[in-house]
Amino acid sequence: MAQPSKAPSERSRVQYRTALNEALAEEMRRDPTVFIMGEGIAERGGSYKATQNLLAEFGEQRVIDTPLAEASFTGAGIGAALTGMRPVVEILFIDFAMLVMDQLVNQAAKVRFMTGDQCRVPLVIRTQGGAGNGLAAQHSQSLEALFYHIPGLKVAMPSTPADAKGLLKASIRDDSPVIFIEHKLLYLTEGPVPDAEDFLVPLGRGDIKRAGRDVTLIAWSNMVPRSLAAAEKLAAAGIEVEVVDPRTLVPLDKELMLNSVRKTEHVVIVQEAIRRGGVASDLASIIQAEAFDYLDAPIEILAGLNTPIPFNLTLESACVPQEADIIRAVKRVLGRH
Amino acid sequence: MTTHYSKAFLAELYRQLHTIRVFETRCIQLYRQGLIRGYFHPYLGEEAIAVGVCAALGPQDYLTSTHRGHGHCIARGADLGRMTAEITGKRTGCCQGRGGSMHIADVSQGNLGANGIVGGGTAIGVGAALSAKLQGKDSVCVVFTSDGGVMNGTFGEALNLAAAWSLPVLFVIENNQYAVSTPVHESSREPELYKRAAGCGVEGKQIDGNHVLEVYEAAAECVRRCRAGQGPFVIEAVTYRHAGHHVNDPGAYMPEDKKEHYRKIDPCRRGRQFLLELGRANEDEVQAIEAEVERAMDEAVAFAQQSPETSVSEFLQQISVYS
Repeated sequence: MAQPSKAPSERSRVQYRTALNEALAEEMRRDPTVFIMGEGIAERGGSYKATQNLLAEFGEQRVIDTPLAEASFTGAGIGAALTGMRPVVEILFIDFAMLVMDQLVNQAAKVRFMTGDQCRVPLVIRTQGGAGNGLAAQHSQSLEALFYHIPGLKVAMPSTPADAKGLLKASIRDDSPVIFIEHKLLYLTEGPVPDAEDFLVPLGRGDIKRAGRDVTLIAWSNMVPRSLAAAEKLAAAGIEVEVVDPRTLVPLDKELMLNSVRKTEHVVIVQEAIRRGGVASDLASIIQAEAFDYLDAPIEILAGLNTPIPFNLTLESACVPQEADIIRAVKRVLGRH
Repeated sequence: MTTHYSKAFLAELYRQLHTIRVFETRCIQLYRQGLIRGYFHPYLGEEAIAVGVCAALGPQDYLTSTHRGHGHCIARGADLGRMTAEITGKRTGCCQGRGGSMHIADVSQGNLGANGIVGGGTAIGVGAALSAKLQGKDSVCVVFTSDGGVMNGTFGEALNLAAAWSLPVLFVIENNQYAVSTPVHESSREPELYKRAAGCGVEGKQIDGNHVLEVYEAAAECVRRCRAGQGPFVIEAVTYRHAGHHVNDPGAYMPEDKKEHYRKIDPCRRGRQFLLELGRANEDEVQAIEAEVERAMDEAVAFAQQSPETSVSEFLQQISVYS
């Protein structure tokens, strides 16, 4: 697969879902305590094919189809994590995680704390969110802020195949519960992925997805490729956007973000989730608290509308930041209307 | 009772029953003195369930507990001093003073913790059993829950999951007949809670939860069969609290005649009788056990009271893992 123009140590075109599949397979080969469970993940290979062929290699003891009972199989993941295993539990849509909030918020996030550090919960919740396929209000939400808010949970939101692979492997090896949020529009996207068996993306280390001197644009998950596309168009107009992808919201790579802000003095934060109570607002508060003197203009937040996601595709795209919205937001923050 | 019980075994059961009784009674005194804050849900009157069930377990086994969890912790062998320190919020507590009564746990003994959420630990226990099965261990997990807990959706889900996967789980429903203050018959058309097992293809039975030997025998049979791959099982142990839901609830809704009935079959008094009659112990021997328990509790309280207060600066360093 390696293209001659690329470094020999990476493949240039790997799908996001394939990268996830590789991460799971490699970690399961490496560590016999890793197992996965979820709805339709075994024979069927998962709704987005991220677990395809894992049953054949690892068997039904380690690739487990569950009843449609999220609270109990997630709780079972916590119990297994407390007793020597490293479960990866798939919650098919992040919307379904609302059935599991006690287990995630009151149990997984807190048991280490409440027991005075007597135990660890090495649990990964793989789930996916976001709008874009006409799946309507209960299958399209961006709910990362709910988990971002809870001490004791880590939140990973990879935007590229390489990040998906490296972050998932790192999440599986982490001793804390990680809410690993994929995006339904990213599964078929392609990108380079390093070949190294131990390729990891550490939790808490962001990435500059595009360097630029004029504006710091902070985005995660599917807002990253959309922002990069906007940045290309803005470059043609002479505006150089630096796209900062925190990759994990908890822990947060504050320094990467702040260093970029100190350089560009202009900030746009793009989030797909609704504006109210979102992560973007919190990032803005961090930036203004720690880099206020560097800011040349008010921080621009571009976010989803404060509404449930409608079924109709035209209405759906109106609810979520689009490329043109991003271009306008960047121009606004620079005062170039 | 047809089984022959050794004097030593009966003495150990009674020692544990009495320890829970004394621990709860003394801690309520500490509560009244203002030395324990927050919620405190006494296990008084229910001691035979924790003691009988835990006597059937081996060191490799797990349990998940409830908000009324001191008894499970003691019966599983937790240190009284560290428990008392925990409940009084000291740094030397088994959870470093962060958990308190509702989150008391000694994970090293397979006790995965009490739980402030009714029904919150049910599925976690199923996971411990799944873990044991995946690791090829013969561990069993006891999920302690209650008449209140089985009304929560997690019970149905967790029971079904354990059944579908044939996991070594023993669900123990401590039916003390009140969910906070609501009697079982107001919460369910079917007040015989063990019958819920049948709907998931699981064997369930109802037992006298105030009879430590009946509890032990039922649990031992289920644990043995769980180890043989025949789990899960459900035991409904019927019991009654001495008083209200927590230490500040006088339990005015508990009818006097019912309290009187359960006082007559008090689990600790019966445990004492078993030791005297079946174990052929004499009164002096029983009193020696009681004195030993009192002394251990004196030491536990002294340890807690002499323990240093928690340190905010140390805490602030520890919580950096959550930022």
